[in-house]
Amino acid sequence: MSPMILNTIEVMLNGLMTGVMYSLVALGFVLIFKASGIFNYAQGVMALFAALTLVGFQSGQIPFSHLINVVFGTDYHNWGPGMNAFLAILLTMAVMVLLAWLVERLVLRHLVNQEPIILFMATIGLAFFMEGLGDMMWGANIKVLDIGLPSGGSFWWEDVTRVWATEGSDYYGMYIDVLDLWAAGIAIVLVVALTLFSQYTKTGRALRAVADDHQAALTVGISLRTIWIVVWSIAGFVALVAGIMWGSKSGIQFSLSLIALKALPVLILGGFTSIPGAIVGGLIIGVGEKLFEFTIGPLIGGATENWFAYVLALVFLMFRPQGLYGDKIIERV
Amino acid sequence: MFYRESGDFKTSYAADQQTFPIRFDRIVIALVLVFAFAVVPFFINDYWEKSILLPFLVWSLAALGLNILTGYCGQVSLGTGGFMAVGAYACYKLTTGFPDLNIIFVILLSGGITALVGIVFGLPSLRIKGFYLAVATLASQFFLVWLFNKVPWFYNYSASGQISMPERTLFGTAVTGSAATPWATYLFSLLFVVVFAFIARNLTRGRLGRSWMAIRDMDIAAEIIGVPPLQAKLSAFAVSSFYIGLSGALFFGVYLGAVEPTEAFGIDKSFLVLFMIIIGGLGSIFGSFVGAAFMTLLPVLFKNIMVGGFGWPTDMVQHFIFMLVGGLIMFFLIVEPHGLAQLWRVTKEKLRLWPFPH
Amino acid sequence: MKLKSLIAASLAAAMALGAGAVSADLTFPSLSYRTGPYAPNGIPFADGYADYFTLLNERDGGIGGEKINFIECETGYNTEKGVECYESTKGQGALVYQPLSTGITYQLIPKATADDIPVHSMGYGRTSAANGKVFSHIFNYPGTYWDAASIIVKHILDQEGGDVNGKTIALVYHNSAYGKEPIRTLEELAKKHGFNLTLLAVDHPGQEQKSQWLQIRRERPDYVLMWGWGVMNQVAVQEAANTRFPMDHFIGVWWSASENDVLPAGDGANGYKAINFHGVGKGFPLYDDLQKHVVDAGKAAGDGSNLGTVLYNRGMYAAMLASEAARTAQEIHGVSNITSAQMRDGMEALKIDQARMAEIGLPNFGPDINVSCDSHGGPGQAAIMQWDAGAKTWSLITDYTGADREVVDALIMEDSAAYAAENSITPRTCG
Repeated sequence: MSPMILNTIEVMLNGLMTGVMYSLVALGFVLIFKASGIFNYAQGVMALFAALTLVGFQSGQIPFSHLINVVFGTDYHNWGPGMNAFLAILLTMAVMVLLAWLVERLVLRHLVNQEPIILFMATIGLAFFMEGLGDMMWGANIKVLDIGLPSGGSFWWEDVTRVWATEGSDYYGMYIDVLDLWAAGIAIVLVVALTLFSQYTKTGRALRAVADDHQAALTVGISLRTIWIVVWSIAGFVALVAGIMWGSKSGIQFSLSLIALKALPVLILGGFTSIPGAIVGGLIIGVGEKLFEFTIGPLIGGATENWFAYVLALVFLMFRPQGLYGDKIIERV
Repeated sequence: MFYRESGDFKTSYAADQQTFPIRFDRIVIALVLVFAFAVVPFFINDYWEKSILLPFLVWSLAALGLNILTGYCGQVSLGTGGFMAVGAYACYKLTTGFPDLNIIFVILLSGGITALVGIVFGLPSLRIKGFYLAVATLASQFFLVWLFNKVPWFYNYSASGQISMPERTLFGTAVTGSAATPWATYLFSLLFVVVFAFIARNLTRGRLGRSWMAIRDMDIAAEIIGVPPLQAKLSAFAVSSFYIGLSGALFFGVYLGAVEPTEAFGIDKSFLVLFMIIIGGLGSIFGSFVGAAFMTLLPVLFKNIMVGGFGWPTDMVQHFIFMLVGGLIMFFLIVEPHGLAQLWRVTKEKLRLWPFPH
Repeated sequence: MKLKSLIAASLAAAMALGAGAVSADLTFPSLSYRTGPYAPNGIPFADGYADYFTLLNERDGGIGGEKINFIECETGYNTEKGVECYESTKGQGALVYQPLSTGITYQLIPKATADDIPVHSMGYGRTSAANGKVFSHIFNYPGTYWDAASIIVKHILDQEGGDVNGKTIALVYHNSAYGKEPIRTLEELAKKHGFNLTLLAVDHPGQEQKSQWLQIRRERPDYVLMWGWGVMNQVAVQEAANTRFPMDHFIGVWWSASENDVLPAGDGANGYKAINFHGVGKGFPLYDDLQKHVVDAGKAAGDGSNLGTVLYNRGMYAAMLASEAARTAQEIHGVSNITSAQMRDGMEALKIDQARMAEIGLPNFGPDINVSCDSHGGPGQAAIMQWDAGAKTWSLITDYTGADREVVDALIMEDSAAYAAENSITPRTCG
């Protein structure tokens, strides 16, 4: 094969990997939207918050240390040497469950039956609140996340692909980031686990019932509130995974909350209510924007990825207004 | 007692069609306007101008615009930042291209250009609805900002891509540029806001406004009773973009004086304006003002109290402000999901019936 | 309207509380950003800026016998908040502004000039402000982005034995006013030295740069320069390490090279180079004083852990330059309680040689500073530093060298003339 074709394949492959990273973020949105009809703007901030908490536990930071020091004039920063990654993840999960409980208890419970835009707005309020809270708890400094995931280009894949090139061409193998491969693996495990959970457990079945029809679910005795807490906890877990994967690259910092913007086109493309949609949407967006940047980008000055994802989604919507896998919109007067 | 009318007392069409049917309202609005036009300019200083009044006026205008589209016509848009950028860049290109053109026309024309762009980006709304549309309008947001950043013609080929507003005068008084006095810029922006708030109020009560509301409440039903959705939706996009373009031009020309697209018109601005109208009240002119006040003035107020008053560290105050604003948003939504304007509307209803509520 | 008047009323009350009387001290405002997406960079700078003034107050009782009144105002790197900060602090007798963001600097250029307050945009802001004839109140010594671009190319020339003809240099830049600054200079230099320039824009925030780095990997430019900011820096360093780009051929501008930017990439970042206009590390006598009078006394702005980091040093350096300018102003005008206009004169006459630097306790910390009426860019000198991932330290690997003045000055003249024409400014004459 000529290097040109190989390069194109390389771009597409990396696009797929990037797509998986987008899907990880989009999954959280879909879960909550499906179960409660809420477009959860705070999903990105939840990823940031979860990752901050994880690093905080891991490095043994004292939460709110800045506040405590200012109020009491003390000088505390750490309570100890920190803990191992697994334990820290468990504790972070506990915090996310607590958060889900609080959100349901203090906010959602009072907003039952409101219009979607109001619920959306409430999650924006939540996002603001958590941005402030996260910084207040753990400080606004950049934090290095290391839970032992490998990263860097894969040598093995380079060696395998080098020989594909035509003889004599100066080709040095395809690039693929090991961390991305891990992300893809984790995403697969996550989706399988979510599917199993919703198919084979009682709570999972209740979850699907609520997603299908709130009213009917209520009549057969499913507690909406419990379901909401469960869903928000799962979304918190997905946020943590997304936060870890994105944060491994850039360090944990405020900008992590902006990954939500990358998930929006994936959502409209895949449909707000479909888990496979989030995955397939992510893959299409990932490959699409990378290919566009690769082929057309140089002609028009590059940095096209931000808007191209949206335009791609928009074009799809023109043909399927409910997204790729979304529920068909049926309108009656 | 002071808030009158508790029945139908109107005897002429003119009385029935007044902009503000209640005398008390008219008096209060007249007083506020007199205060704003005749009193404030004598006391305004740089701080009040640049930190409080101008942002409030500019964002009110943007909120008005988005409220027309989202509150009255039901089309959720997240492209506000992009449209403001169109207004700002139109203003810059017009005023540097035709230095003799009066600044009033420059700003009005900027609004007009934005309206045209708005119509183009409003086309998908004919097929896409709800949140799908909201996210689709993000395409315009990102594309427009990218465009202004990328094409050097828009920023007159300057080295960095920043645009800055040259000095322009109105009746011999500078209203833009660094020599403009606080009262001049304030009155100039106030004039735009008052005139266009009045127009908006009347637009929304007229045939056009009613067709928008019909579309908002149920577009299929509206279509069946003879409201053309194409015309209604696109006119809403046009009018809304016109307002947003005006506010973008004022934001750049009068308030800041120099902007770069990525920072000044980013996605956060689109969200900010959406917050304003939801907090203030969808489908309410008054709500647009309250929402703008809430989102622009509250952080400044908190900051002044906590840093200036209590002397807390600046970064902690900022975190507190985030938490407070977020908390207040949730609180107000729980108390009154239809925005602050609804609170006022409820009070008004009670006042109308007072002292005989039954 | 109830709510509005209520807000207005309480605002007025808060203002009355906040503003206070105009003090007789020397007022130095700090427009810091300790929150928001760029906070990791803003915190150490703000700490350094604050700590140096605290040190002067504690150790010397201020500058020339006048106490320093230090006001911090949080901008969150946001232009509108920056304007609010400027307006709220300028009434308190602010002597000089360090706006710390491209957007805010552009705001303040006309405003501060009209208010007769100098602005020191140290190594950022509008490059052509180095032309003091047009920008009377704006200073950007000791160096500008265009100087930086030219010095980096010089360094590459040194590495390549003076010949870069036919080589390829790629620029990875933040797609904003800031990131686009060096392009024109690099284009000129490319013409002059015959190298090819590849431009790779990264859109804000820059968490996803796979396209750009795949392209770099495919095209294998000989050098990659970076004008990055915020999360873009960490991701770029990480991606460069992942794609195994030779790190010592990867050179960043001074805002892309703090410990924060390289630490997340771990060992992969070893050898990464960047340009800098001041010293690194804690090995200067001044740090003993800082430790003693500020940190140990519990008066430090941060927790003291930032001391000696690149951005802390930069903040401290900025404060040092400001206080030296205040001292110069005091000498020129013969009064200790200077005004902002006198401060401007002090900045314009600022001369700091190595002897003075040693006196301050910072021997060889930066190049000789030499500001004049027509050159507000100072010496326009900088050095290259390199990251050692094992020891987790930066170290300077070259001396302070000057830029290619021929190329840079011509560009400065051209751009400042355009600004003067657009805003109808008549350049002043320098005696």
